[in-house]
Amino acid sequence: MPTLAVVGFYEEWWIQILKAIVIFAVGLQLVPIVLLAERKLLGRMQARYGPNRVGPFGALQPLADIVKLLTKEQFRPSTSTGFLFALAPCISIVTAVAAFAIIPFGNVQHIFGTPVGLYGIDVSIGPLYLFAFGAVAFYGIMLGGWSSGSKYSFLGAMRGAAQLISYEVSQGLALVGVIFTAGTLSLTGIVEAQQGMWYIVPQFFGFLVFLVAGFAETNRAPFDLTEADAELVGGYNTEYGGGRFASYYFAEYLNVLVVSGIVTTVFLGGWLLPFGIHPPGWVDPFVVLFKMGLMTFLFIWVRATLPRLRYDQLMSFGWKILLPLATLNALVTAVLVVVTH
Amino acid sequence: MTWPPGDDVIQVMRTPAPGAARGTYRAFGETLRGMKTTFGRMLEKPVTLEYPEEKTPVYPRFRGRHKLHKFEDTGLEKCVGCSLCAAACPSDCIRVVAAENTPEHRVSAGERYAEVYEINLSRCIFCGYCEVACPFDAITMGHDYELSDYTRSDLIFTKEMLLAEPLERTPLRREGE
Repeated sequence: MPTLAVVGFYEEWWIQILKAIVIFAVGLQLVPIVLLAERKLLGRMQARYGPNRVGPFGALQPLADIVKLLTKEQFRPSTSTGFLFALAPCISIVTAVAAFAIIPFGNVQHIFGTPVGLYGIDVSIGPLYLFAFGAVAFYGIMLGGWSSGSKYSFLGAMRGAAQLISYEVSQGLALVGVIFTAGTLSLTGIVEAQQGMWYIVPQFFGFLVFLVAGFAETNRAPFDLTEADAELVGGYNTEYGGGRFASYYFAEYLNVLVVSGIVTTVFLGGWLLPFGIHPPGWVDPFVVLFKMGLMTFLFIWVRATLPRLRYDQLMSFGWKILLPLATLNALVTAVLVVVTH
Repeated sequence: MTWPPGDDVIQVMRTPAPGAARGTYRAFGETLRGMKTTFGRMLEKPVTLEYPEEKTPVYPRFRGRHKLHKFEDTGLEKCVGCSLCAAACPSDCIRVVAAENTPEHRVSAGERYAEVYEINLSRCIFCGYCEVACPFDAITMGHDYELSDYTRSDLIFTKEMLLAEPLERTPLRREGE
């Protein structure tokens, strides 16, 4: 059997399990923080306070939301397809969590004398793994919308399907330039290759294209056509309530974190600091988290600013502007890489 | 076509025309301008009034809940039970039953007084006609606007409730506010 992927750094099985627990204990705590930060920041940008009643400064608001959603009755429309209706949010959340596994928070560190890589897993096919799960994530939205047996959900799901497919192409092509330059598909390898110069400088167009496509991939404003509240009620999750809706919501914000993490890793130099600062290894995860926070702030900021695109604008933007730009970026990078090496 | 067009041209832009490069630059620039605007708003103080703790101040002539008045020196009621307010009321929410003052039982300064004076605030439209109709300035509109209650019958305000010193819960708007 041919080797499909090589894992860069192997650890004992118990370290793997411990790492998984730690990463997801931290990673999943980030989601409510992002949720609260989004609501507070959106509020401030619209000259209001945002949630400030539950706990000090509204800090317990996500907790209250989750408790409210989880204690609600599970219901579904009589026209829906039962097992798919229940399965779809699970697909969404599983793919989001799986994509989170490859974000590197630091290189191999010696913790109590044991070498541990500060990432879920370092695969030699990093971006491919990401896009594989990105492609599966679209089933979460598609099946959820379709199995609801509702027109609004169906329309939202169809839009989501078309949008995800259109923008995944540009997103992939935008990363190709980075992969050419770094000469590796491993995300830790890509970070190491950014020593001296982060890829946001030589790959600026790649960065822009990836960012815009990332907004579209996470179904965030201004590309939130799948859940265009004004016209589709709630889009693919119109018929969802309670815990299943919470899963979709959770997956959306985890996807924002994943895209922030990938942008951080691929374009913003991961755990590297500029000006030749080399802090001790334990600082690395905080550097990554800080950069992810900045990216997440950008997501929120853009949501507060830009109005939603019309569907035909979305499609023509994706295929007529973003895709040629991404292709051109990849071509020019390829030529330059060949010429300079 | 030249850009920007003259004052006599109404230009409707649907796509980033004219000239892809300039159009893209313009769209990008406008996006950045919008981002600057939202960022600026974020640094400002919110305009929210946190209602139950902070209340919207009212103007001096604000028409809130009615008040009945007494003479400050004698303590007699100003209302003489003439029912002009009830007659002026367009929503018919005032009920006045007059009775004669006697030397032993003197309530108001005139010949008669209001034995029953009820305002049904669930019907009142706060037009202030009662205040205008009253010949003795016995009824005026106050500043209180927090008037919700649990039952409709609780909103029928009796004479005692209207005469009682109202809770000054509503801040008055200062000059220039």
